[in-house]
Amino acid sequence: MPSRREFLKKSAGSVLLAGSSSLAATFSQAAIPGLPAELSEGARESAVLEALPGKFPLIKKSYRPPNYETPVEYFAEPITPNKAFFVRYHLASIPEVDAAQWRLKVGGESSATPFELSLEELKKSFEPVELTALCLCSGNRRGMFQPHVAGVEWGLGAMGNALWKGARLKDLLAKSGIKKEAVEVTFNGADAAVVAKTPDFVKSIPVAKALDENTLIAYEMNGAPIPHWNGFPARVIVPGWTGTYWMKHVTDIDAVSTPFQGFWMKSAYRIPKGKFPIVDRFISQETDANTPITEMVVASLITSPASGQQVRRGQTLEVVGLAWDAGYGINGVEVSVDGGETWRSAKLGKDHGRFSFRQWNLKMVPETKGTMSVLAKATNRIGATQTFELIHNPAGYHHNVVQRVDIDVV
Amino acid sequence: MKHNIWFVLPVALFATYASADESYVRLKEGPGKDKVLANCVVCHSADYVQMNSPFLDRKGWEGEVTKMVKVFGASIREEDVPQIVEYLTKYYAN
Repeated sequence: MPSRREFLKKSAGSVLLAGSSSLAATFSQAAIPGLPAELSEGARESAVLEALPGKFPLIKKSYRPPNYETPVEYFAEPITPNKAFFVRYHLASIPEVDAAQWRLKVGGESSATPFELSLEELKKSFEPVELTALCLCSGNRRGMFQPHVAGVEWGLGAMGNALWKGARLKDLLAKSGIKKEAVEVTFNGADAAVVAKTPDFVKSIPVAKALDENTLIAYEMNGAPIPHWNGFPARVIVPGWTGTYWMKHVTDIDAVSTPFQGFWMKSAYRIPKGKFPIVDRFISQETDANTPITEMVVASLITSPASGQQVRRGQTLEVVGLAWDAGYGINGVEVSVDGGETWRSAKLGKDHGRFSFRQWNLKMVPETKGTMSVLAKATNRIGATQTFELIHNPAGYHHNVVQRVDIDVV
Repeated sequence: MKHNIWFVLPVALFATYASADESYVRLKEGPGKDKVLANCVVCHSADYVQMNSPFLDRKGWEGEVTKMVKVFGASIREEDVPQIVEYLTKYYAN
């Protein structure tokens, strides 16, 4: 049996053979090892490893619209490869954008000098900025909610960390003559619904977030053009905030003087008020009961050892993983190898910036045979940490329960 | 031509690989399946049903179908709705 890692690499080879122009995907019907046990039976059984054109085989959640999750193996490194980066769409009409034809319109009722520009102009007319930032789906780990909630039943991998290059949104807004009256900035992308009555996927962010120097219109991802499935030719980067605001294939940016009323703001992507330790609010969109999801909560992932793995007693075991938060920065990661009785501090890896995954590791020697429960808990620089009990909410967002990996010491 | 071998090899080793799309999704056979295939898959692949199972109850599936019609504008004939809910409840509920 090839290892899972070899398996993935070889699968990638077969994609090259298939060629990237075909819309046919490459897949395996073999059961996928290592899916979280918390997923529903249907979510586990309907998942297959399958490669979209130009991508490695990823965990297929749904074919149309395409929703594909990154297998945990790819999180062994803090930067997620473009070909392994997760894919998430709400609407199924997704054009292959021609870079030469693509135009970005920047305007809206609260802009004095609206304009449009080509990809070349976006690259040349504005100072390029590079930033490493995590794109994390609001519903990452939704499939692990107990009780389950409906939606795309994501496991651990609806996230990816990349080095983005692009123009600052605030520079574009300055050129468009954004007025003081502006309350929000809206984004629309080239993707659309299949039937006309489905609300188009349009999002807004508070004007202060739009003017933040870290909010970008990116045209490069890890030194390459952004892959089609991740938003070619340009997407919005909203560091610290969940992926729902990171509009792919962005075509329209509008400054508006009243809160945007579209379905994807008013009804979708909402969390109950007061349940989560959120600092960065979206006040113009808040109601008495709920608020749009905004910044990510602090969380971590154990990338090694894998659940069920056998390790030798008396031999050094390295526990490795990733930690992240909304950009306050990871302060520390504590690891327990006795099911949460005692904790020790992991060593933090290279700092790629406060919006990036932070890798960590801890070396220890298992002393007794039997099951060993490994837990990891991250804390950020403002003292926020992970929960042991799920904070349940109807749409299944912000799952940051401390992960537990049981391994076998022999 | 020499390095073609390197590209052919993985395919030879993994014969289960083939061209795949949503036509590989197989919903359970039963009354109402035709209504699901005629209506639901206009906008999304049928694996959404499999993935969201089995944890919704009848009320949960009713809610999902209603949401598709009222919120997402699916043009499902009113008389088809009970059959769709019945099918989902019988084969994909808890």
